Amino acid sequence: MTAPTTNPATEDSATAPDEEELLAHFDALIADGETIEPRDWMPDGYRRMLVRQIAQHAHSEIIGMQPEGAWLTRAPSLHRKSVLLAKVQDEAGHGLYLYSAAETLGVDRADLLDALHHGRQRASATFNHPALTWADTGAIAWLTDGAAVINQAPLCRTSYGPYARAMRRVCQEEAFHVRQGYDLMRALCEGTSEQREMAQDAVNRWWLPAVALMFGPPDTEAGGADARTAALGAAVSRRAMAWGIKRHTNDELRQRFVDTCVPQAERLGLTLPDPAIRWNEERGHYDFTPVDWDTYRRALGDDTHWARQRIAHRLAAHEDGAWVREAAVAYAARTDEPAGAAA
Amino acid sequence: MSTTRDVTAVPPGSPPGGPPSAADPDLARHLTCLGDDALVLAQRLCQWITRAPTIDEDLALSNIALDLIGHARTLLSRAGRLDGTGRSEDDLAYTRSEREFTNTLLTELPNGDFAVTVARQLAYTHYAVLHYQTLAHSADPELAAFGVRAAKEVAFHRLHADRWTVTLGRGTPESTRRMQRALERVWPYTGELFEEDDVARRLAASGTVPSPAALHDTWLARVTEVVTEAGLAVPAPTWSATGGRSGLHTEEFGPLIAELQSVRRQFPGGTW
Repeated sequence: MTAPTTNPATEDSATAPDEEELLAHFDALIADGETIEPRDWMPDGYRRMLVRQIAQHAHSEIIGMQPEGAWLTRAPSLHRKSVLLAKVQDEAGHGLYLYSAAETLGVDRADLLDALHHGRQRASATFNHPALTWADTGAIAWLTDGAAVINQAPLCRTSYGPYARAMRRVCQEEAFHVRQGYDLMRALCEGTSEQREMAQDAVNRWWLPAVALMFGPPDTEAGGADARTAALGAAVSRRAMAWGIKRHTNDELRQRFVDTCVPQAERLGLTLPDPAIRWNEERGHYDFTPVDWDTYRRALGDDTHWARQRIAHRLAAHEDGAWVREAAVAYAARTDEPAGAAA
Repeated sequence: MSTTRDVTAVPPGSPPGGPPSAADPDLARHLTCLGDDALVLAQRLCQWITRAPTIDEDLALSNIALDLIGHARTLLSRAGRLDGTGRSEDDLAYTRSEREFTNTLLTELPNGDFAVTVARQLAYTHYAVLHYQTLAHSADPELAAFGVRAAKEVAFHRLHADRWTVTLGRGTPESTRRMQRALERVWPYTGELFEEDDVARRLAASGTVPSPAALHDTWLARVTEVVTEAGLAVPAPTWSATGGRSGLHTEEFGPLIAELQSVRRQFPGGTW
């Protein structure tokens, strides 16, 4: 932004504060724990970081519907079918709240979807894994949604008002999904040996994607990053924390997730696929194998079967529905005509 | 009906599906038809989720499917208590063969494009609203209470179908063409909703369930109003599909049921 030009014809311009004052006011609001609202002035970097984060979250909700949605027609009881339908429906709803929150920052939902469809923005790579068995729907709800709750609970107090308010609704529903996922896994673990095997297999495949990918790259050396990666991650985290967008480092949240899951897995009689997991008396936390982020980055780039499949599925739905959306726009324009003509 | 008295007392140790009812195979059969309609239509709508034209529609269609599963659960669990076998809702949904399902062919029609789904929803929801509104006055208090709840829910589904019929009918030349073609596709399958056999006639005469045939004229008047508002023509099919109520289904039905039951059949003796 440049300093406002003086235009005597405009009342406001004479008194319009310059960027320094605006920034000072913004920083004071953040320091006081006040929320930033859509009409408040905000630094471009803050706006960009929020759009990126909220859009990525919205995209993850929409893409995340796919692995579970694929099991709606096969859910093995009518109760489980209802629960899964309600969950997938919640995810669509979360996507909509979040796109709306992003729209308050001056972007358009259609443009964000276009960015997802054409690789300019991404969903969480967690969902670039296949849901291969019914137990995967339980593992996803228990572990992935469990990670989401831990990641997102602090976002209920994030500095941008519309995002914080959307997250309060999202978190309430996500917490419910985690309980349902755990309950689904419990039913399998109390079932036949084949069902227990299916449950263990699903946990083997979903544990690392949840630990690694739901929290983002390590942003501390203790979290397993090399010095350069950690410094880079830490810089981004520091910026986000200074603006009150984030409240904790990725690695703090990851540790909290591991600490929550280990006793739950023990109660279920399932083994988390990490031989390094053990209680560390000194730290008061469970130790676990540091995330090998480089491996993940390579395996989960855009050029994997599942990364491509998720976007192709989404794009096909979008393209197949184009004529429906065009009809809705044309009909809305037509029904607006009489009112427009009268005005 | 003897069932009206029997359901009021709930002895201890009742099965989880609700109070036991004296065996009434006729009512059981009739409720199975209705439950199968709801279950099979929900199964078709589930196939839309993540493939709908907008995310709002993913949400709307999953919401409608969820209500329909609720209807199926109530109807099938009651049917299982009435038919003397003590089968649960899941026994009925997951262990019957495709020949034992008695849903109308309308509900199993493949989704087609969005217009076909809207046309199928239009036909079914207008029927379902009339049906459940009448069921709300059933001599059977359990069915009456269910009718009240279900009528409210399907009224929203009807609104959704009405809006899309008009939107597509009056949208673009392409959507008008597709919506008209969808009505033509679906209409021959609507007659079966109003078929009634001796069992249905007897149950209707006793005030337990609505007479399906008696709903037809009001249904036709109401859908005609919507189709006309949409600028479309109500089809006058020269033939009418039948067979679903006696277990004679379309070839597409087998894969639908196989998919529905696949996980449960893969793990015999499993707990879910």
